[in-house]
Amino acid sequence: MSDATTPVAAPRRGGQRATPAPSHLSPEILERARRTIALYPEPRSALIPLCHLAQEQDGWLTPEAMVDIAGLVGVTPTEVLGTASFYDMLHTEPVGTYVVAVCTNIACLLGGAADLLEHAEHSLGVNAGGTTADGVITLEEAECLADCDRTPCVQVNHRFVGAQTAESFDRLMAELRAGERGAEIPPHGTLNRVVRTTGLDADPGRVASERAAMAEAQAQRKAAAEAATTTSGAGPKAGGS
Amino acid sequence: MAVTEAPKIVTARLGHDDSHTLERYLATGGYEGLRKALTMTPEAVAHEVDTASLLGRGGAGFPAGRKWAMLRKNPVTYLVVNGDESEPATFKDHLLVERDPHQLIEGVLIAAYALQVTQVFIFIRGEFALGLERVQAALNDAYAHGAVGGDIFGSGFSVDVVVHPGAGAYICGEETALLESLEGKRGFPRIKPPFFPAAIGLYGEPTVVNNVETMSNLPWIILNGGAAFAALGEGRSTGTRLFALAGHVVNPGVFELEMVKTTFNDLINDPALGGGIPHGRGLKAFIPGGVSAPWFGPDQIDLPLGQDEVGAAGSMLGSGSIVVMDDHTCAVRAAWRITKFFSRESCGQCTPCREGSGWLEKIMERIETGHGREQDIDLLLDACDNIAPGLTWPPQQTTICVLGPSIPSSIGSAIQMFRDEFLVHVKEGGCPYE
Repeated sequence: MSDATTPVAAPRRGGQRATPAPSHLSPEILERARRTIALYPEPRSALIPLCHLAQEQDGWLTPEAMVDIAGLVGVTPTEVLGTASFYDMLHTEPVGTYVVAVCTNIACLLGGAADLLEHAEHSLGVNAGGTTADGVITLEEAECLADCDRTPCVQVNHRFVGAQTAESFDRLMAELRAGERGAEIPPHGTLNRVVRTTGLDADPGRVASERAAMAEAQAQRKAAAEAATTTSGAGPKAGGS
Repeated sequence: MAVTEAPKIVTARLGHDDSHTLERYLATGGYEGLRKALTMTPEAVAHEVDTASLLGRGGAGFPAGRKWAMLRKNPVTYLVVNGDESEPATFKDHLLVERDPHQLIEGVLIAAYALQVTQVFIFIRGEFALGLERVQAALNDAYAHGAVGGDIFGSGFSVDVVVHPGAGAYICGEETALLESLEGKRGFPRIKPPFFPAAIGLYGEPTVVNNVETMSNLPWIILNGGAAFAALGEGRSTGTRLFALAGHVVNPGVFELEMVKTTFNDLINDPALGGGIPHGRGLKAFIPGGVSAPWFGPDQIDLPLGQDEVGAAGSMLGSGSIVVMDDHTCAVRAAWRITKFFSRESCGQCTPCREGSGWLEKIMERIETGHGREQDIDLLLDACDNIAPGLTWPPQQTTICVLGPSIPSSIGSAIQMFRDEFLVHVKEGGCPYE
């Protein structure tokens, strides 16, 4: 386990390359990034949450942000890209202000999603995966979004907007362009608007002491368990099917 | 009809619009289960869950008590909650996370106490933005209420809970892939053995991974006793369960039903539940437990909603999602879409899954769009046989995780039940339902 009082991790490989100071992420995002890293026993666990934070700033995951994230969690920028490129929600190329996801998986297919996606492609003038010329809307064909009693299911910036018809879809797009859904649907990248306010991250010193107490309790339980298995004669065995 | 008067264990609060708030939660008995658990020994809490015989609600149906028991030999370091619900047409955890986050948190705290874990991660699917906000807000309130953090409710037990957002990958619902993702890596499932994170889990430490619905059952179990839970249902399938009903029904939705006592027929046709198939159409087929499960036809509609009963009939109750297809549905198109899903979501580690899903999807597409050949049907079955040899149920394993061997289920079912439809597509050079 790393020392939680120093959330900015040291470079992992040999230390030959100095970790540059973050230069792209804003002071506010950086502060939230550092508080996020402090929540995890290993800094790298914060990699994906930090990618979300970078998208909150830029709308997508820029190469500059990946360099900052790499320095913050102690990996190389390539490792950040290597992880990020696995995930549908992390965009390593620019996307529109609103990412509109139309699910066409089985429940939505039965609810007419193929027709809705075709309509969306025509009315927006882009194929699924593309962004409108004005840069406002990116259309995506999504896999199941787990809202299967309201089909065809549509999400805008990962907010559910309920079942859509061709007509309601066009109205929704017009409202987005007019900025009328801003309160409900933030710009792309803002995933979680509720910040953690309390708990062990409140004070780094307290995090360290809590963690030490936890480790000590853990060691005591382990010792007790080992003593118990020795007296009962059964060897410790974990796993198995 | 066999809709029993069983109590609502995890959906009792959902009639209230403010079911996600601490005020409503406390006004409806919230955190009483945790308070009671903290007066018991951790072993006694675990014993109640064992007595309840609570089967994991994530899809595999592994008994939660047995999962925990593995850890008693090997003290647990981390508790991880799997809220990465992505199995197509499964939308029960979405409901629980958004509408009753405190119930989830209370269940998590009870489990943490029973396992004596001081660090919990709740992994929530990234696409559940509102769910993430609701759980984080609930956690903030629970901290302020003294239910989470240091010395909870003056018990001397301390626990920290972290909400972790996913980033969009079906495979992260597989528990070892979820742990990789939680370590900041690509969601690649880990090679087995070890079969359970109980041996080597998060950061190589012993870890318990439980599903959101499993955790949400714990407050009721502790308050009412494991025996009361076990008295519901039948055999190994105890308690109630959330069934997510989707597709061609009048009232799609999530229904909490007593295990085994209700049949698929009740769920689909009872006016208080699915309400039947709209437009007076007939039933063509239904998928009983997520798209990884083989399909059932109308002749199996009287099967009870029980894990062993569905298993014996050659499929699985899996994630508890039921997809109904009416008689105007193209079986080829349905199976093609499911195959396309697996092809998109294969993590790419194992050749049978990565290559097999891609080729199956291409062949299914050409049949559906009228470019298929008669021998394509045997070609599909041959490719399926390479992914899951013998096409048995449960399938043979050729890959690191069960995603690969799940791919042939829908194609195999569609060919077995509707081979003539494939032939019509080939002969007519297109989809007869278009």
